[in-house]
Amino acid sequence: MITFSEIAAQGYTKRKFKNRLMCLLFFVAALVALTPLFSIMGYVFIKGVGSINWSFLTQLPAPVGESGGGMANALVGTCVLIVLASIIGMTSGLATGIYLSEYGRGKLATIIRFSADMLSSVPSIVIGLFVYILIVRPMQSFSALAGGVALGVIMIPTIARSAEELLKLVPASVREAGLALGLPRWKVTIWIVLKGSLSGIITGVMLAIARVAGETAPLLFTALGNRFWSWNLTQPIGSLPVQIFTYSISPFEEWHRQAWAGALVLVLLVFSINLGARFVFRPQISRD
Amino acid sequence: MALDMVAQRCILPFRRLLKRKGDPFQMCWPRIDPLFSFTLKVIALGVFAFLALIAFFLFYSAWPAILRFGWEFLRTSTWDPVKEIFGALPVIYGTVISSLFAVAIAAPLSVGIALFLNELSPRKIATPIGFLVEMLAAIPSVVYGLWGIFVLAPWLGDVVQPFLGKWLGALPLFQGPPYGVGMLAAIIILAIMITPTISSISKEVFQAIPRSDREAALALGATRWEMMKLSVLGRARAGIFGAVILGLGRALGETMAVTMVIGNRSEISASLFAPGQTMASVIANEYAEATSDLHVAALAEIGLVLFGVTFLINAIARLIIWKVAQVKVTR
Repeated sequence: MITFSEIAAQGYTKRKFKNRLMCLLFFVAALVALTPLFSIMGYVFIKGVGSINWSFLTQLPAPVGESGGGMANALVGTCVLIVLASIIGMTSGLATGIYLSEYGRGKLATIIRFSADMLSSVPSIVIGLFVYILIVRPMQSFSALAGGVALGVIMIPTIARSAEELLKLVPASVREAGLALGLPRWKVTIWIVLKGSLSGIITGVMLAIARVAGETAPLLFTALGNRFWSWNLTQPIGSLPVQIFTYSISPFEEWHRQAWAGALVLVLLVFSINLGARFVFRPQISRD
Repeated sequence: MALDMVAQRCILPFRRLLKRKGDPFQMCWPRIDPLFSFTLKVIALGVFAFLALIAFFLFYSAWPAILRFGWEFLRTSTWDPVKEIFGALPVIYGTVISSLFAVAIAAPLSVGIALFLNELSPRKIATPIGFLVEMLAAIPSVVYGLWGIFVLAPWLGDVVQPFLGKWLGALPLFQGPPYGVGMLAAIIILAIMITPTISSISKEVFQAIPRSDREAALALGATRWEMMKLSVLGRARAGIFGAVILGLGRALGETMAVTMVIGNRSEISASLFAPGQTMASVIANEYAEATSDLHVAALAEIGLVLFGVTFLINAIARLIIWKVAQVKVTR
């Protein structure tokens, strides 16, 4: 531990110099951290814009060696997976969040809260393994359903914790007012507490969606990937992140080009959901 | 006539029941409140169940490999799917080395950013920069990987590694041919990816320290840096430690970006220029194509080890952060 007398023993000029130096270092740290952000965004935009076109968004992947083609199936696949994941993540996540904030007392709630935190820190590849053993192996086939479940499990803790934090902000007097009017507790919970913080909860859900939209690892051996249209939930389905991964590690120039275009679409998708959640719904949160 | 009969026999008794004294609502669904809370409780317990199921299923699936190799699995370094000999040491080594180096780079950087945002810069600058750092966390990891393959790795191979080899080549860390792709690229990508995690939690820890502490130091004539050292860093030490460990947990489990730049070779090499492999990347690379039962089991055992290690590390980090700084941690 540094004591103040030690510091004061140094000369004033030296102290001032040290101060300047450290402040400059911290500023440089911020700049250094932002350099990769600008580099990544710059490359994704420049390379992506150069290779994106109408057929990229509307056509199936072309066979190896042929130019042209697109990622339309992967785009649709990502949307299907997100919908499946949201169904699982929202019902389970919201219920958990409501339980923790409205009913959760004592040891059980602590255990659940801790489990939610732990579940959110399980590596996503391990979630993929788990869903493979749970669903893919018994069904004997990779499937969109398994992919949706994997992403849904990842969404649960994020949504649960954000919903809990938000519902806890609702003052107790509001609940008491509802109960005093003779409403049963479940009605107070749903129609007063939940409805009142709806915009905040939507923000949480959208942030969770933005997070899983870019997940690749849990899809590698659940949804697998598919180069054609797939409308059957028990069959493998293509998705944007997996397609980008396959294309970028391939040896073909044309596929690299498409990977950058895919990355641009993915980044735009993730950022627009993320920013939409933060800015469209934020003013309403502070009003609540 | 017949309709009348139906009405009298079937509908009217029910209506009479409903019209009986008391709250009609409670007459219809008398037990909805306990049912509601019970349903929520069951679903919430599902979160705990998921965690337990993950551990159980991984263990179950890894059982053949555990039976076959025992502790040797973690100590030997041959990974040969063809001959069905599996030793996870190189993979564990790769994971530990890449994560530790990444944390060593990211921790000082992130604390610096947190100090800059929280103590030095005016709000007008801190808000946008803080926002941009958070955006770094929103970039999907496959995009990091893409950037790593086509931008970072060539740059490392052409510029950084020859430079390091020239000046620090005496160290075993910086020897060997400059491929670009390899351990160093993985370390740098991981460091970039965990920086937002560590810096945002450190920032929250700093914010939990009361203003008056800082004012006391300044009033005694401390410069800004001395103020930070005396009243911010000293008190936030445990919280920063928790944040760094949380970052370590993220680095251990990160898959895609690492898989794409680490080179994927199951070898232990002292040089950071050499290709390597991590627990997450070997699963990502081989699981979908693993055909023999033992190979699948070995990969599941690696998953089990990864799950166990990240669980422990994150549990420690959360407990520290919960106990000491009492700030909320949302991932």
